[in-house]
Amino acid sequence: MAKTESEMTWEDIEIGAIATSPGSARQYQTGYWRSQRPILDKSKCIKCGLCYLFCPEGCIKESKEGYFEADLFHCKGCGICYRECWPIAIKMVEEEE
Amino acid sequence: MQDYTVYVPKLIPKWESFVPGHRACIGCGEVLAVRLAAKALGRNTIVANATGCMEIVASPFPHTSWSVPWIHTIFENTAAVASGIEAGLKVMMRKGRRPQKDIHVTAIAGDGGTSDIGLQALSGAFERRHNFTYLCFDNEAYMNTGIQRSSATPYGATTTTSPAGKVSIGQVTWKKNMPAIAVAHGIPYVATACPSYPFDLIAKIEKAAATIGPAYVHIFSVCPTGWRCATDLTIRIGRLAVTTGIFPLYEVEDGQYKMSIDFPKLRPITDYMKLQGRFGHLSSDIIDQIQLTVVKKYEELREKSVASIDAEDKS
Amino acid sequence: MANRVGVEVSIALAEAVGLANTDVIAAYPITPQTHIVEHLSELVADGELDAAFIPVESEHSAMSACLGSAAAGARTFTATAGQGLELMHEVLYIASSMQLPIVMAVANRALSSPLSVWSDHSDAMAVRDTGWIQIFVENGQEAVDNIICAFKMAEDHRILLPVMVHLDGFYLTHVIEPVMLPNRREVDNFLPPNDYPLPLWPENPVAMGDFAPPVIYFETKVAQEMNLRKAKGPIIETWEEFNKTFKRHYQPVELYKCENAKVLLFTMGSVSETAMTTIDKMREGGQEVGLVRLRLWRPFPYEEFRNAVKDVETLIVLDKAISFGGPGGPVCSELRSALYNESKKPKIVSIVAGLGGRDITTSDFEQIINRGIDIAQHGSDKEYEIYGVRE
Repeated sequence: MAKTESEMTWEDIEIGAIATSPGSARQYQTGYWRSQRPILDKSKCIKCGLCYLFCPEGCIKESKEGYFEADLFHCKGCGICYRECWPIAIKMVEEEE
Repeated sequence: MQDYTVYVPKLIPKWESFVPGHRACIGCGEVLAVRLAAKALGRNTIVANATGCMEIVASPFPHTSWSVPWIHTIFENTAAVASGIEAGLKVMMRKGRRPQKDIHVTAIAGDGGTSDIGLQALSGAFERRHNFTYLCFDNEAYMNTGIQRSSATPYGATTTTSPAGKVSIGQVTWKKNMPAIAVAHGIPYVATACPSYPFDLIAKIEKAAATIGPAYVHIFSVCPTGWRCATDLTIRIGRLAVTTGIFPLYEVEDGQYKMSIDFPKLRPITDYMKLQGRFGHLSSDIIDQIQLTVVKKYEELREKSVASIDAEDKS
Repeated sequence: MANRVGVEVSIALAEAVGLANTDVIAAYPITPQTHIVEHLSELVADGELDAAFIPVESEHSAMSACLGSAAAGARTFTATAGQGLELMHEVLYIASSMQLPIVMAVANRALSSPLSVWSDHSDAMAVRDTGWIQIFVENGQEAVDNIICAFKMAEDHRILLPVMVHLDGFYLTHVIEPVMLPNRREVDNFLPPNDYPLPLWPENPVAMGDFAPPVIYFETKVAQEMNLRKAKGPIIETWEEFNKTFKRHYQPVELYKCENAKVLLFTMGSVSETAMTTIDKMREGGQEVGLVRLRLWRPFPYEEFRNAVKDVETLIVLDKAISFGGPGGPVCSELRSALYNESKKPKIVSIVAGLGGRDITTSDFEQIINRGIDIAQHGSDKEYEIYGVRE
């Protein structure tokens, strides 16, 4: 398990403080930021993928059945997918806590 | 199941080059544009990134959202760094120290890093005709440092350093026409794009990357945080910027203008402005003044485009 | 076989950059560095050097283009002076903290205002803390040799730091000297091709220049500092290896007639050779004086310097720069600091002279040394002495 930045000593720093793991930002759970989440009504979804196209996070993925759903680990709940969905198959609900 | 006329995964490159986990604001239009641009550029890309929103959100040490080689140094030198990368690769390939490969050297910067502090480096790189692509992500202010005005801030917008107050309407200068400055350098390809028109954006960036010589794409980036608009309206506001004529989509190839989409009648700019808090203080007089200017500039652009088509027909 | 030529030092330096098979030169003209970049662009234009000469639009862009080029893995060179060095100031920190091997020749020039194209060390002193390896040369041969060594040091995997070679503007750049120019084969044997370990290349994507919040920034700076300090060993090894092939040996601290010397004069740069003439004359007159020079300015060679002055009674330090409002000569304040904790240390006198190209002649040096001895004996109410100014 790689050290986190609060565990690294100066000797652990790569030359030039270069980051050598491409795409390592994935491990950060931006889903914590949400105050609302998208809920998909599969009966209305036409599987066009526009929500996947317009998601600023890039966290909407195509499932095996062809539906496009937000990965809640990263979803920040902006609501763009809800706005851009043609058949209005997505609705935003308040995050419960 | 019916045949679909729109199935996005078939229409755009699939690889998520710019991965989630980045720290962009909720609903950020700029990071969406970067995500799509990264798809358009593909794997054989090296990115030189200026200091700014996109650099900060993507690179908290020791992590990165980028899956292609990426370098950030300082704020104003992106085009110069890209020049160095391009020249270094060219010589090393010539000397056989790197395999011959078509690498898209790409410079990415915000509006401040392009039209203000980065203008000198940009002008130099264009004049020297380096083979690179410059993408300006324009959110119309220095957003990363807290919404300060830049030369790309539109007339009348309120920012923290051009606030609307008792004796000021906010930004008192008109938006600097960066694409025109790029065209004035005589570079082979200049374009404007907006992620609300994603296929157009991807096509233009692919074209820019394939251009031999310098290419410039100016990308409209909606910023809910800075523009004081709802986070879910990002795409809609981008569309309105285009349909009101405030941000026309066009290309300029070797000096020939071509509008990507032309509207017989432009929507009133109030449709666009009323969704954003940064224009909320403007009187109807100022809005009228802005409306006239937007239409006038749009007409000038259309004329340039028509003139180009005429010139082409004649030749 | 090496080639002995009488040539302007700038031209010789440019030839050395060519012999090193440099890949990218990004440079902006500024007096007195211009002849270096002019000759380099001639070498490229004639096809004698296969490189990209990027005529950038400012020194800031010059160093920035060098960052990009070095990050891509190309052998990179630039040159500047005075104001140019100051314009690229913020970029210098980037080059060293990102560990990008860049070699830069600095034709030391006075800083404005008023504008002065003539030589002093104020530009070098302004960049002390930038984290670069810094070497001072005293004549044309040293300039040629140390450019070649600089590439080897910069690109050495144990070091991977940018290197500045300081040479006095006009006093060196514009004088014709006899120089042994090595041939291409000798240099190729000494200098392997650049093999930067983590270059920008799609097969192995890296991200350079992340931002670092307080939780980790400090560690990255300590890593940088430790890296610069431990570079001293490999730097000395490079010079020793150079000596094996080329029979010219460079050391971090250079001594001249210091045997039995109770009084040492300290200089840096081309003025040292003038000082040597004075030392010769004073020795003939019976005075036990010697000359000590720093060749390696950063990383500071504490051990070698302390060793050189341990038996000395008086050290007279000549600075060609002022640290305004501070303790006078910047080099002297560093030397004092280096010796502070030593139980046995010489009396140290700070003399500032030669600013803005004011010549320091052999007789000036005699007066400087005598003045220094006098101050050491009787003390002074001033932090430092200014020599050679009309009052």
